Amino acid sequence: MYPANFRYIRPQSLDEAIRLLEENPEAKLLAGGHSLIPAMKLRLATPPLLVDIGRLSELRGIREEDGAYFVGALTTHAELERSSLPLLPLVAKVIGDPMVRNLGTIGGSLAHADPAADYPAAVLALEAEILAKGPRGERWIPARDFFQGMFQTALAPSEVLVGLRVPKLPGYRFAYEKFLHPASGYAVVGVAAAVLQEGEALKDVRLGATGAAYGPFRLEGVEAALKGGAGPEEATRSYTPPVSLAEDRFASAEYRLHLLRVLARRALEKALAG
Amino acid sequence: MPYVGQAVKRKEDYRFLTGRGVYTDDLTLPGMVHAAFVRSPYAHARIRAIRTEAALKAPGVLAVLTGEDFAREGVKPMPVGWLLPTLKIPPRPVVARDEVHHVGEIVAVVVAETRAQAEDAALLVEVEYEPLPGVADLRKAVAPGAPELHPEAPGNVAFTWEIGDEKAVEEAFAKAHKVVRLSLRQQRLIPNAIEPRASLAAYNPGTGEYTLYTTSQNPHVHRLMHAAFILGIPEHKLRVVAPDVGGAFGSKIFPYPEEAAVLVAARRVGRPVKWAARRTESFLMDAHGRDHETEAEMAFDAEGRVLGLRVRTLANMGAYLSLFAPAIPTYLYGTLLSGQYRIPAIYCHVTGVFTNTTPVDAYRGAGRPEASYILERLMDLAAEEFGVDPADLRRKNFIPKDAFPYATPVALVYDSGNYEEAFQKALELADYWNLRKEQAELRAKGRYLGIGLSCYIEACGIAPSKVVGQLGAQAGLWESALVRVAPTGKVEVYTGSHSHGQGHETAFSQVVADLLGVSLEDVEIVHGDTGRIPFGMGTYGSRSAPVGLSAVVRAVEKVLDKARRIAAHLLEVAPEDLEYREGRFEVKGVPGKAKGFQEVALQAYLAHNLPEGMEPGLEATAFFDPSNFVFPFGTHVAVVEVFPETGEVKLLRYVAVDDCGPQINPLLVKGQVEGGVVQGIAQALLEEGVYDENGQLLTTSYMEYAMPRAAHIPRIEHGYTVTPSPVNPLGVKGIGEAGTIAAAQAVVNAVMDALKPFGVRHLDMPLTPEKIWRAIREKTPVAAD
Repeated sequence: MYPANFRYIRPQSLDEAIRLLEENPEAKLLAGGHSLIPAMKLRLATPPLLVDIGRLSELRGIREEDGAYFVGALTTHAELERSSLPLLPLVAKVIGDPMVRNLGTIGGSLAHADPAADYPAAVLALEAEILAKGPRGERWIPARDFFQGMFQTALAPSEVLVGLRVPKLPGYRFAYEKFLHPASGYAVVGVAAAVLQEGEALKDVRLGATGAAYGPFRLEGVEAALKGGAGPEEATRSYTPPVSLAEDRFASAEYRLHLLRVLARRALEKALAG
Repeated sequence: MPYVGQAVKRKEDYRFLTGRGVYTDDLTLPGMVHAAFVRSPYAHARIRAIRTEAALKAPGVLAVLTGEDFAREGVKPMPVGWLLPTLKIPPRPVVARDEVHHVGEIVAVVVAETRAQAEDAALLVEVEYEPLPGVADLRKAVAPGAPELHPEAPGNVAFTWEIGDEKAVEEAFAKAHKVVRLSLRQQRLIPNAIEPRASLAAYNPGTGEYTLYTTSQNPHVHRLMHAAFILGIPEHKLRVVAPDVGGAFGSKIFPYPEEAAVLVAARRVGRPVKWAARRTESFLMDAHGRDHETEAEMAFDAEGRVLGLRVRTLANMGAYLSLFAPAIPTYLYGTLLSGQYRIPAIYCHVTGVFTNTTPVDAYRGAGRPEASYILERLMDLAAEEFGVDPADLRRKNFIPKDAFPYATPVALVYDSGNYEEAFQKALELADYWNLRKEQAELRAKGRYLGIGLSCYIEACGIAPSKVVGQLGAQAGLWESALVRVAPTGKVEVYTGSHSHGQGHETAFSQVVADLLGVSLEDVEIVHGDTGRIPFGMGTYGSRSAPVGLSAVVRAVEKVLDKARRIAAHLLEVAPEDLEYREGRFEVKGVPGKAKGFQEVALQAYLAHNLPEGMEPGLEATAFFDPSNFVFPFGTHVAVVEVFPETGEVKLLRYVAVDDCGPQINPLLVKGQVEGGVVQGIAQALLEEGVYDENGQLLTTSYMEYAMPRAAHIPRIEHGYTVTPSPVNPLGVKGIGEAGTIAAAQAVVNAVMDALKPFGVRHLDMPLTPEKIWRAIREKTPVAAD
């Protein structure tokens, strides 16, 4: 189907984009377009105005800043796949296919907050911070506060996701385990792990999950068990998440719980093995 | 060196790979406008009112047509092309008038200057529905008290049909040493050709002529149905053109309501009207495939020989009968239930059932995969019960190679076969007995390898027409060809077959070039246009090589016969004294005394010196009606590993040994087998069209409907045997559907083989991870956790 009629503006600066959003509360930002355009074609989304930020150079690129990495919102999955950032390359490489990865952006994916998207698990495990800019200026949102349920984020209506700060996490090792939906390629369950060991001692562990529920979450119960000395198998075997799990035709909540435990164990084993 | 037998690369690929293919949606006619359809969101509802005023006022809108308009235009219901004695035929309107019976059914047609305007205006058509109770599930549809779709079909029964000797089967079961039983489900499949359907209709009021460009596997069938049965216009006033067609798998055999709608709309608005399906419309409206519920039982003697087979099937027809729907779960299914095996007594009973779902019709394999699946699952279950290897049980039951022609107890006479040879070759290619050892070793280590066999037959090139007529077909199943030689000796072949991925332009050219001794480049294959080709029946049921190409061979023979007489006249010898070699008529025993094909062609058109009474020109038409079907066969072997922790299946190897007789082009054969195998693997593991209990189709996009991807498929290992057919001049058998017929049960047998240690006997397709995980957990709660 064709989208409903809409206006299209390509602002020349981020501030102009923010102003357009402020003046047009129903407007949508267009970046890679990989979620918005299909929704518009099905007329699930009928924004009267598209604000195309896809070519704003101030949203592009990865740089080092204040001892951390700053990833611009328009950074594509393909760019992240080739980067040397912690964890994110492991996640980017299992998103969609090369065509999707060449166009889709991390900012678009995070702002869309699809409950089965891959990045949310990783930014939770990385404890990244998201930079938003709106009419009243910039603010940093910790990843744990950013996701607020299915397609819901902490972004205000006229805020633009500018990028995210990713800590360098020296010495950490990472893994991302994903169980692909055979049709959509999205995560039925995905678990991202970041671990820090000193010798045999586990100094830190962070696990983020996506797909399993109606939004991403940290597996704090597993993290606590591991810090208390349990091994991956013991820590995950009867883990119960803090949220109710998603259910669809492909995977029941019960099966998702099972996958969550298995994938958490595998992600840990892989990360610990380095 | 002859072209036939060589892996010649496809002639058509240059235009496809360079983006120069011309598909229906690529066409633009002067003044062309666009149609969009208002479709029912309900599976079953009464139409109370349709208000079109708002849509008519929308920008660019030229017309909004409803069922009333189509009735006033004298448009008739969609026809049914295969009749059964008990068949009930509820009318399927082009545009619904009083009631809708499935989601997606057309309720109104909006025509506007642009596609966007048409789609916008379609949303403004207000339809007032009174929802009625509906039923999508087969068993629920035939249960007492189920909502009924059509007054013509009480209890939602479209037909009952049986084949075989029920009494003989009862006797066989009475004396059986062992009976193996299985209840199984063949899930619903949705075809998903890469090119969605599209139609462009034009009407010339000056001549009364219509042209319909459409995605068709058989343009003359479309013409006959739309002109004579639906629109009621003179057949010769409708030209149907199927330009390049991007895949079909059966879904483009049938006339569809959208095609009739754009023809009527073009007449009404006086401008060409185009429609191209959105993918969601393809999911909702393209005829679906399979959807059976079956109870099957097989009786064995003490030595493991099959004594009898009894099968009862409920077959989902959907909301209406699509064109050939009644034939698929009957004559293309029940007749195939002997497979490769000598089975003394077979009985099959089928109930066709109406449900509030998209109509079901032929989908690659069409009835034959369903039959083969039953046999191969039963063979594996029986082997387990006898405690023998599935390979040994099959070998014991093959029809031996000296038994051909072999008459089965279900109406068919197999033309030729050597099942044991292909079977043996497949076991060797797979290294079957070593695989069994490896399996045992891995099991000891807690890994679950599974090996699945599938010994299939296909029946294709259905014939002769006289017999298919007696079975209920409202069509002959011969094929036509016209071979026209130009004065320069270039050759045009007009075939009634239609290529939509098969590579006919290459394969047919190879055969013609060899027969005439000309180069491949000098032969042009013309197809897909009723304005150019002789009346043809089209391509489906793997009939193009055995039937369509045979007609071409006959026409070439007629051309050569005339050319020979001209050459003999020019050389002043008797026609019998000539030998045709490498494009020249040579006088036997007189080296150098010869006439080339090109010179003879020129003389035929100059007509200055032809034999007394001979007509000028060099062309011939032939119609070929084979004396029997052909029966390709083979054995496929799948090797899987099942991971009990998550229920995932990894397909490790796939071996396909196929026999389609002599191969015209091994590259095309391989391509056909691979494509078919991939579709079968997808049925086993991935694909399923799902309705909820209200008749809403839940799988309407690639977000939910799992198509196979490269990562799902291992490298397919091919082998071949060659057993010619006696029923056509080239001895060839079709290969278009073989892979699909064989693959699903090879994979399912392999997965079930891997699950044996857990005591899981049978799971229905698709074998998704959760289904396997649950089955394991139910049997052995500890193993899965």
